[in-house]
Formats: sequence, structure tokens, C-alpha cells
Amino acid sequence: MKRSNTFFVCLLLLLTGFMASLVDVASESGQGLPQAPESAELVSRLGLTDLSLFTEARYTRHPSQADIHSAFQDHPVALEHFPTGSLLQPPMGLLR
Amino acid sequence: MITLLRKQRYFIDYTLGTMMRHKGKSLGLLSVYTMIIFMLASVMLFSHAMRSEAVALLADSPEIVVQRIQAGRSVMVPADYLQRIGKLRGVTEKRGRLWGYYYDPAVKANYTVMASEQDQLTINDIVIGEGIGRTRGLSVGDYLTLRSHEGKAFSFRVSRLLESESELISSDLLLMNPQGYRQLFGIDESLYTDLVLSVRNPREIQKIAEKLTRLLPDSRPILRSEILRTYESLFSWRQGVMLILLLGSVLAFVIFAWDKASGLSAEERKEIGILKAVGWETGEVMRMKFWEGVIISLMAFLIGYLAAYLHVFYTSAGLFEPVLKGWSVLYPSFQLTPSVDGLQLATLFFFTVLPYTLATIVPVWRTSITDPDLVMR
Amino acid sequence: MLIELTDVRKAFNQGKPNEFWAIQGITTQFEVNRISCLKGASGSGKTTLMSMIGCLSRPTSGRIRLQDRTISSLPERFLTQVRRHTFGFIFQRFNLIPGLSVVENIMLPAYPLGLKASSLRSRAERLLEQFLLVDKASNPVEWLSGGEAQRVAICRALINDPQILIADEPTANLDSRLSREFMVLLDQLSKAGKTVLISSHDPVVFDSPVVDRVVELEDGLMVSGEG
Ligand SMILES: Nc1ncnc2c1ncn2[C@@H]1O[C@H](COP(=O)(O)OP(=O)(O)OP(=O)(O)O)[C@@H](O)[C@H]1O
Ligand SMILES: [Mg+2]
Repeated sequence: MKRSNTFFVCLLLLLTGFMASLVDVASESGQGLPQAPESAELVSRLGLTDLSLFTEARYTRHPSQADIHSAFQDHPVALEHFPTGSLLQPPMGLLR
Repeated sequence: MITLLRKQRYFIDYTLGTMMRHKGKSLGLLSVYTMIIFMLASVMLFSHAMRSEAVALLADSPEIVVQRIQAGRSVMVPADYLQRIGKLRGVTEKRGRLWGYYYDPAVKANYTVMASEQDQLTINDIVIGEGIGRTRGLSVGDYLTLRSHEGKAFSFRVSRLLESESELISSDLLLMNPQGYRQLFGIDESLYTDLVLSVRNPREIQKIAEKLTRLLPDSRPILRSEILRTYESLFSWRQGVMLILLLGSVLAFVIFAWDKASGLSAEERKEIGILKAVGWETGEVMRMKFWEGVIISLMAFLIGYLAAYLHVFYTSAGLFEPVLKGWSVLYPSFQLTPSVDGLQLATLFFFTVLPYTLATIVPVWRTSITDPDLVMR
Repeated sequence: MLIELTDVRKAFNQGKPNEFWAIQGITTQFEVNRISCLKGASGSGKTTLMSMIGCLSRPTSGRIRLQDRTISSLPERFLTQVRRHTFGFIFQRFNLIPGLSVVENIMLPAYPLGLKASSLRSRAERLLEQFLLVDKASNPVEWLSGGEAQRVAICRALINDPQILIADEPTANLDSRLSREFMVLLDQLSKAGKTVLISSHDPVVFDSPVVDRVVELEDGLMVSGEG
């Protein structure tokens, strides 16, 4: 009996944590993004088009602006040794 | 009904007792299993949150960007293209952007240099993203020297740092006066990097893009929907070195778990014989084993998921940083907004908890339908 | 409850080149409230016969009746019920489950009944008192001495209050003093209304005054001890 009680207590704790994470998600998404106001302002003011997540090369920094007619040059599907290429798909416009 | 529940409780008691017999082994299994779930769930949560974050952040990006293509390469757009576009119906605003990259050999980093009118910077002032500030150790009032196209050194004073909350889009930005930009890169007054159009009615965007290609045959419009779709597929399941690396460890675990769960040791077989001899039904033995599978896999799932949740949303997915960072010198520090895709979570649950539980039951079923008289020997 | 065997035979690996008839036709009866002992050389078929009587395996041919039910042809589901409510087993190697405490081992056969924890506990405690194990109740079974382990095995066999006790060489791991004590315990149980079936090649057991009847087996046949 003791053992199953311990188990149930653990399970209850974990489930509470699980629920808490869902509540966390719900409450945060209700508030909108924390960085939203500043970022939205920047994006529309400067006309930004991409995340500054992949800064390792010119052609990974703005994947959505990639050059269309120059396969294998300045292009996210170009042969490259940067990890970005395996994390990011080529821009949708090019795949059609 | 109460009897049934009580029975399950006894079975759980029993199975916990037998699991504790090999404490190290059970805990080892639980922790390896938890690790796997943690990794899988981290990738899942991270990529989902990143995608929705990206799409939310870029929701206000320009409806149409117009590039000019010459000899198959994108080149600067003449300012008079703005006049040539003229008054298109539905376009509320059109302007030229000036931007480009600057490679800083001092820290081996690429900056995204942009001209900004609205910041009303003097020709000697710049605004930089947090990432540049961090990498170069710059704060407000410090000077940053950039080499111009003619080889002359220009010193700029940092007048402001961009808000750190916006790092995910602004970490490597360097904003300067348009005049300063032109001087630095030697770009003529009559040229822009590209043009940006605002369109009020999203249903007109496609038609406007078609008109643009007719008006300016050497132009290429990029629509916001394309930008968003590019980021909607960020880290999608199809790619990801991480996933491939993970696959290896997942397979290793599958073999290990299969061996552990499905191969019954002589000891366990004997135990099942004893249980049957003292009057347990085949179904009851299986239910007991079912609980063993459920306990291990459910605990692993919940612990792994919770750890992944904390990892991704409260420690900025620190473990993924090296992978995402790659060779970049500038890496934004950002906090993702918690978001969970129920379907993904359910998929993870069904692909981890169910197979393990089944793998524990099946061999028991095979053993426990045989005569239990081997316990007498 | 009367146990009736009619021409019971048991073959291992039937139809294969290594076919072996462990029991070659036994017809007899075991009466209620008695202590009957199966004796015989090693390999004579004692264990095989007892496991068939205890519904742990089925005879290849012949019939075993328990009172008015032919148990040798019952489907597995009913066999479990018979096992649970009619038989208590004491094994040669005790077969306690390591990792569980003494009292948990004793309660094991009653788990599937889904009794209330308190009534289950009190059942077990009554037995622990009767067999002088109260102070060991929460010890893991690995710590027990041979004699104590055997007493725990008896408690476990008795928890569902079965009418028939089957003990296969219960004294093989005990010294002669403990074996004699065990026989005294069996005597008490038979006085309390249990039918006991025991197998042994230990003289302390089959020569014991408490044994009512000794059946001798040899190569799967009964050679003496017609009831
Ligand atoms: N599963 C089996 N397959 C083949 N032969 C078996 C099997 N089980 C038992 N036997 C054989 O049946 C015969 C009788 O075995 P049993 O265990 O009944 O003997 P026993 O009288 O209990 O011997 P002991 O006193 O040593 O316990 C033995 O020769 C044994 O080898
Ligand atoms: Mg034997």
C-alpha cells in the first residue's frame, strides 16, 4: 500500500506540473508575445522580413529574400557547410 | 467497481515491489527513457514555439518586397521605379529600403546594416542591436569604426541600443542615417536596395504582384505570405540534424527497451509461474505487467516533458544553442513564449508510452498461457 | 472434498522422439481431512502427479475429479478459479517473491480478490500470529531463515482458506528438527479440517505418525498404498 501511495503522489505531482504547463501556455498566449510591442514596431518601421537567427552567412540571414534565378549562389539550398541549411527549408516560393 | 480499483492498486503495489528489487536497473531504465523523451519533447516544443513565434513576429512585415533582377542576380533598384509603379490601386504606401551586410573582421561577424529615416540619426550616429553590442562590447556613447568602400575608416557613435526584447529580429541590426549608408557603401542617391509596398486589403496582394511584374519586367515581388510560409516550415520534421542525431539514440533505446521489456528473464518467468500457481489469472498477471510498463513509460513521459518544457521556455533551450548557432558569431538571446501543440504532444505520447507498454505485456502473455507447473521443478 | 483419479497418464513431449511417460496410469482416491503422502525415488513422478491434481497441468489421458467436478477437462479460466479457492501450494523451493515483504508475500494469492486493505491485512495478521512471524512481518523475504521461509510459504498457501493443501517436498530444505515441526503444523491443519497431500522421500515425513496414508510411486506407477 505504501509503495502505491508514493507512486500516486508522484504521479499527482507530475500531472499537476503537466497541467501547470498547459495553464502556463494558455495564460501566456492570452497575453500575446512578451516582445510583441517593441518587435512589431521595429518590423513595420524597418520593413523587416526575417529573424536574426542565422547570422553565419549572407545567404542564411535573409532566407525569405533569397535570390531566385541563381541556383547554387547566394541561396539557402546552395551547397554549404553551415548547419543552418539543415535546419531551414528553402523559401516556399522557390519550391513551387 | 471499487473491487476492481482496489485490485489495480494491489497490482501496482506488487509491481513496484518487484521493480525495486533491481533498483539500479529500473532507475537506469527510467532515466534513459526520460532523457529520450526530454530530447524529443525539447525538439518538438522548441520548433513549434519557434515557428509560431516567427510567424507572430513577422506578421507585420511588408506585404510586398520588390527586388530587381539583372543577369540573374538581384541588384540595386533605381529610385525612379517608385515613379514607374505610379499609383497602383490598393497600395497605401511605397518606399525604398537601403540595407546590406557588413562583415566585421574584428569579431568575424556579419552585421545587417540598414538605413533608417525614422530614427532621425545624424550622419555620425548609429543604433545597434543587442547582439552587436554584446559581441563588440559596445554601449551607448562608444564608437564603432567601419571601413568604407573606398577603404576610409568611418567612426560612428552608438546613440542607442535596440530593445533587448526584440533581439530575435534585431540582434545583428545596425541602423544608420541613409546619407551615411550611401557614403559608407558608395551607393548613388538614385538607388535603393529594394522597394517595399504596403497593401491594405490582403486579397489584392496577388493581383498587385501580377501588375508589378507587368510594369517592371525585371522585378521580382516577394509576398508576405511567402515569408510567413518560409518560417512556418522552420525546423519542420523533414529536416534537422538534430532529429537525425536523435534518431540514432532513439533506435538504441528501442533496442534496449525491447530487450528489457520483451525478453523475460528466467526469474521473471518463474515469478509468473508462482503467481499463476497461487491463483492469479492470466489476465491478472498481464494487468500487473501492464502497470509496470505504464509506470515506467508514464513517469518517463511526464518527467521528460516537464523537463523539456522548462528547458525550452525557461532556460531558452540552452542545449540547442550550439546547433542553432552554427558558425554564427552573433546569436540572439531570446525567451520563447510557451506554446504547445496538442497534436504533437499526443503523437509523442502514443509513440513512446504505448509501444513500451505493449512490449512489456506481449511476452508475458506468451509465458502465462503456458502451464504453470514449471514452478514445481 | 474427495479427490478421485481414474487411469491418469501424463506424457512429456508426446509424439516426439524423446516422448516420456512420467505417469503411466494411476487410479486412486484421496480422502478428505487426511494427510496423504506420496513417496518414491527421484524421478518417479511425484511432482508431476501433484501438479495435475493441483490444476497446474493437465493429464494426457484419464480423469481427475474433485468432489463432483471433473477438473481435468475444465478450460483454463475455470482452472484458475479452482486453483484459487481450493488449493494452497507449498513448494520445495518455497518460491517466495523477493523484493516483497513477508506480509506482502502472504497476501499475494488474495490480491486478485480485491478485498479491502484492512480485511486483507487482518487475514494475514491472523496467520502471522498463528505461525509466530509477527515480528518479521515487514522484513523482506530475503532475510528469512529456511524454517521461517517455509512458515511464510504455509501462510501464503492458507490465506485464501483452501480446503486442500499440496506440499511438494516441503522439507527438502529443512533440517530434521524443522521437518518434525513442520509435520506438527500439518497435523494441526488437518485437525482444523484441511486435506493435505504431501510428497517426500524424507523418512521424517512419510514415517511420521501424523501421516494417515503413504502412497508409493515407482516409474509413474503406484506400487503400494492402495487406500
Ligand atoms: N517438462 C518435462 N519434459 C520432459 N520430461 C519431464 C518434464 N518434467 C518432468 N519430466 C520427467 O518426468 C519424470 C518425473 O518427474 P517428477 O518431477 O514428477 O519426479 P519426482 O518424483 O518429483 O522427482 P523428485 O523426487 O526428484 O522431485 C522425470 O524423469 C522427469 O525427467
Ligand atoms: Mg519432485
